[in-house]
Amino acid sequence: MEVPRHWRLRQQRYALVGEVCPHCDAKLFPPRDVCPHCGQEARTRFTFSGRGEVYSYTHMSDAPAGFEQNAPYTVALVKLEEGPLVTAQLTDLDGKPVEIGMPVEMVTRRIRSDDGEKGILVYGYKFRPVLAGPR
Amino acid sequence: MREVAVLGIGQTSIDEHWEKSLRELAGEAVLASLQDARRESVDGVFVGNMMSGSANHQQHLGALVADWVGLRFVEAIRTEAACASGSAALRAAMIAVASGAMESAVAVGVEKMSDSPGPEITSALATAADADYEADQGLSFVALNALIMRRYMYTYGWKHADFAPFSINAHANAVNNPYARFHEPITADGYLRASMICDPINLMDASPMGDGAAAVVLVPAETIRFQAKPLITLAGSAAATDTLAIHDRVDPLWLSAAAASASRAYAMAGVGPEDIDLFELHDAFSIMAALSLEACGFAERGQGPRLAQEGGIFPTGRIPIATLGGLKARGHPVGATGMYQIVEIVEQLRGQAGKAQIDGARVGMSQNIGGSGSNIVTHILRAS
Ligand SMILES: [Zn+2]
Repeated sequence: MEVPRHWRLRQQRYALVGEVCPHCDAKLFPPRDVCPHCGQEARTRFTFSGRGEVYSYTHMSDAPAGFEQNAPYTVALVKLEEGPLVTAQLTDLDGKPVEIGMPVEMVTRRIRSDDGEKGILVYGYKFRPVLAGPR
Repeated sequence: MREVAVLGIGQTSIDEHWEKSLRELAGEAVLASLQDARRESVDGVFVGNMMSGSANHQQHLGALVADWVGLRFVEAIRTEAACASGSAALRAAMIAVASGAMESAVAVGVEKMSDSPGPEITSALATAADADYEADQGLSFVALNALIMRRYMYTYGWKHADFAPFSINAHANAVNNPYARFHEPITADGYLRASMICDPINLMDASPMGDGAAAVVLVPAETIRFQAKPLITLAGSAAATDTLAIHDRVDPLWLSAAAASASRAYAMAGVGPEDIDLFELHDAFSIMAALSLEACGFAERGQGPRLAQEGGIFPTGRIPIATLGGLKARGHPVGATGMYQIVEIVEQLRGQAGKAQIDGARVGMSQNIGGSGSNIVTHILRAS
């Protein structure tokens, strides 16, 4: 389903590619072409570090159609270190309780799989706890 | 722009209406409103609905509903603003009559949700959010509201139990509304022990879905000034938008579109929060009731739960809310909800609310929230 749409979003999904405003230096994710901070055009690409912290989170057991086989899972608003909030699933928690302020980093994982012979696998960003110790 | 009055109201009960289709539900409400108004026809039909394309495989509701109620040749369209679709229809109808383009109009909100299985409805509700950057990450509409509620509790230091009065008040009031989905009061203990959906939102924080329709007939106030008793006018009407996605907001804990539409509606009606006798707000989740009270000037920022705990939201309080059950207990047939709010305020202003009657109600306000706060419509009705 919607193959062109998923293809179009590949840079955002795989590498957190957003924009930086050349006028006020605001970092924008998702990209939106008009800077919400100063109202001027912002089309300069900017790749985010993928590091941030949990701003809010919840657990889902009743998943929307297409996500049922992943349930239960944890979703969050992540505050990226460059400023923006991003909505994403958390992963690799291994039973670790989630807390607001917990440091997380972006990883690429399978987001959903659409069944059927024409089904596609959709990959994209999730966030996992920052591993302890030197990296 | 001329003043617009509500001449007739109609509504169906909110339930799983297995035996009734979308067109039958909408038709029942429209015909009841025309009968109440003692009119046989109107110049236009405005149908508010969110999800008929996916839930019922039927779009093009303007012509469908107009034909069904015997108004085959009138102008008719459908309005969509997610959960605010109902009051978007009312506002479109009001503008048509106020401008002089129409001499009368019907606004009807309708949603028929029980024809599709649960996960499909969950997906359909999630289309109110940002498809590329919220729904595609696997979030449901409940989850998005849970993210707001968790952060709100963290920021302002509230516990889950502090939100109980919103649910208790709604269920107590719905007992007196024959059209409501639920007629059982709940206790604080029952609130706390309800099963969790998306923590911290449990079943008693969330409004139930259902099938339903509600409608009003609008005419210029000048044409009925001497026969309508009381005369009920749309004194204030305004709508405002915010970002579709929560993560794009300046402050995810503040409903900017609620504040903007409320202040414009207050200005148009020449009133302030202190003049409002009852407030039918959008308590799809208890956190939204708190945020709405704050944005409209009834509580300080972060202090919505305190107003509830002090009893300010109860029928005898400073600002009664959900007086006939609200979304929580009357039910939330998504695109119909905004019109139920209006019908209920008219019942209150006419003094026809039975045991739910707010004594001396003269000015009522409604606020209908589309998405997680992305499109918010506020109306103020006045009886004279
Ligand atoms: Zn800028």
